[in-house]
Amino acid sequence: MYYDGEEEMMQKQILMGMNGDEAVAYATKQVNPDVVAAYPITPQTIIVERFSEYVADGLVDTEFVAVESEHSALSNCIGAAAAGARAFTATAANGLALMWEMTYIAASLRLPIVMAIVNRALSGPINIHNDHSDSMGARDSGWIQIYCENSQEVYDACIAAWRMGEHPDVQLPVMVCLDGFTLSHTMENVLTIPDEEVREFIGERKFITVRGHMGETEFRLNPEIPLTMGPLDLQDFYFEHKLQQVEAMRLALKAIPEVDAEYAKISGRRYGMLHPYRMEDAEVAIIGMGSTMGTVMHMVDELRAEGVKAGMIKMRVFRPFPTEELIDIIGDVPVVGVLDKAASFGAPGGPLYEEIKTTFYDEAKRPLVADFIYGLGGRDASPTLIKGVYKSLEEISSKGEVAEKVSYVGVRG
Amino acid sequence: MSGQKPGWRELPRGAVSYKSSTEYETGDWGVENPDIDRSKCTKCMLCHFYCPEGAIKVREDGFTEVDLRYCKGCGICAEECPVSCITMVRKK
Repeated sequence: MYYDGEEEMMQKQILMGMNGDEAVAYATKQVNPDVVAAYPITPQTIIVERFSEYVADGLVDTEFVAVESEHSALSNCIGAAAAGARAFTATAANGLALMWEMTYIAASLRLPIVMAIVNRALSGPINIHNDHSDSMGARDSGWIQIYCENSQEVYDACIAAWRMGEHPDVQLPVMVCLDGFTLSHTMENVLTIPDEEVREFIGERKFITVRGHMGETEFRLNPEIPLTMGPLDLQDFYFEHKLQQVEAMRLALKAIPEVDAEYAKISGRRYGMLHPYRMEDAEVAIIGMGSTMGTVMHMVDELRAEGVKAGMIKMRVFRPFPTEELIDIIGDVPVVGVLDKAASFGAPGGPLYEEIKTTFYDEAKRPLVADFIYGLGGRDASPTLIKGVYKSLEEISSKGEVAEKVSYVGVRG
Repeated sequence: MSGQKPGWRELPRGAVSYKSSTEYETGDWGVENPDIDRSKCTKCMLCHFYCPEGAIKVREDGFTEVDLRYCKGCGICAEECPVSCITMVRKK
């Protein structure tokens, strides 16, 4: 973790034993959103079950809507957020798949909904365990995507996400992604901030001003000054509205670090878009997302003790993609291995690999890049497997070329 | 839509309509306009109710009148008129 806060700040925080799901629910309880809409049955996780207990116990003021499908859950959040509410939902895997069309609508209507995604493999065949195929498929829907390494990051992201999405320059929905079971069902220590500090940090939702057909007004549905959001938008306007979304993501690259810096003031935990570890003099490095990066960090230390100059980068924010920062952090590192926990069938490589290759194409100084697709359907990503990836990177380093651009690691041949 | 359309920087965010639909004149879409022969019209007002665009108004004198700013020329009024007093005339 990245503590740089005062001792006093830490003393105010309460250490709780929570799994990732409970960390989402607890953070959301402290945020106290106006509406939570969720489909309560599989593939739903404990998140909304725990949150509905907070509602039943009168600990939040939230209107909890148990809807009949995930499509309705997100539709409900869209309606609520359009009316000016803070709206939250959670889902996983096929639940996200059923939300698909609404994810695009939430983003294009610029509604700062927060949604926790418990990353689980998409069927079929049926599998409930962790990989990133669900949220990677939604990477083009226009949502900010944050990938968490542990439950502490999950808790922190579920608070900071509101400020990121609601930032006046941004106005986009946010997915907080946590690895199924590895995080969602595993008990960890989580430092929690006092309720009042969370409330103060979150504040009230602020609204941008738009010029509707009745004139200037707050961007929320109000019968006094009616607005029409997202009506038929054909060849003559749709393109312009898409450009606004492109611009919002560009501005989010600046807004997210601002929010992270503010959050560090109340939490002592400073997050970045990317987290480099022992990268300065690294000769082989791994970049990846989610809980596996804890194992990678452990392996970096082990390899360093053996004299291997290993490094790693954890990518916390995948959308917007922090291109410039990534170029900066990779710097002179000559060999980079990409860990992709999703396959894109028929594509040149995994989704993260493709973006990293694209990032460096125009750079005069670029590393050799190899893709390692791993962990599909929850296949274990053990320290030995990670060590094997570093070994492959060392071979690439000694040969000076990437013999196999995309490898599938941990799969039976 | 007539006039210069705003660029992406000017347009309100959230795909909010900056104009009312009444300012969106769809009358230039079609190829035909309805022509009402008031000598045959019985003032039944069925064309007014059938018009999917709400472009046919009822006047003070009970006759109906087509607002050509919005008429898309679909011809439903002519089809439904019980005394066949509406004919569709090709635009010049």
